[in-house]
Amino acid sequence: MSMKISTRQVDGVTVVDCSGRITLGEGSVTMRDTVRELLSKGQKKILLNLGDVNYIDSSGIGELVSAFTTVRNQGGELKLLNLTKKVHDLLQITKLYTVFDVKDDEAGAVKSFH
Amino acid sequence: MTNHRVSYTLDSTLETVDSAEQAATRIASEAGFDDDEVMRIAMAVREAAVNAVLHGNAYDPGKKVNLAFERIGHDLVITIRDQGKGLDLSKIPDPLAAENLLKTSGRGIFLIRSFMDEVHINPSQTGTEIKLVKHVHGPAVGGKEASQ
Repeated sequence: MSMKISTRQVDGVTVVDCSGRITLGEGSVTMRDTVRELLSKGQKKILLNLGDVNYIDSSGIGELVSAFTTVRNQGGELKLLNLTKKVHDLLQITKLYTVFDVKDDEAGAVKSFH
Repeated sequence: MTNHRVSYTLDSTLETVDSAEQAATRIASEAGFDDDEVMRIAMAVREAAVNAVLHGNAYDPGKKVNLAFERIGHDLVITIRDQGKGLDLSKIPDPLAAENLLKTSGRGIFLIRSFMDEVHINPSQTGTEIKLVKHVHGPAVGGKEASQ
């Protein structure tokens, strides 16, 4: 299953609902293009909902890091929401769990943006 | 568990990465590993295949990736070999180092080592061979033979 992305606005925050696999190739490109497009439209408060992402590889992890730093470098914020156990475990062993701002409640996550 | 070997010769394409992962998932399942271990083995194989296709063979259509699964005693042994210039082990960064945490690549070998019991990397001028070993635990193992 390839990756699918849809976006919605909640109180000034762009929630990006992701599902499927974020892996080398199509999944990573989809993620990259989505973040670039949001930034080009000035949408710099981004909440990546990964609740339906069932698989991510090292390229996908790299894409999350790239999205995080790209948004931050443009003065925005990118946070992660609803990690599955697999994604959570991968971020733990790669020590990225503390780098990202990870949330498990959408309403609270939206409010946490400055 | 009886000894059994299955091998594949694959093109240097992204499809090979997916095929390698799928083969690993099937063979590890047949070997009796639980779902979490199957996922770890399949991800290790996927990452090794990515290295072989991208960094080893550099998508060269004239170069192949060899992938073999063997059950040796109580081990599942997986070998991935490319035909590249040979991986320079001294240039593999530590992805957990503070200065590397926000790098967008360089985690593949680390994940492979995290998920497998043994990892042996043998670079040469004719390519890199990486051997992944997973020890089988418990009496439930020893199901169907892997088939191609």
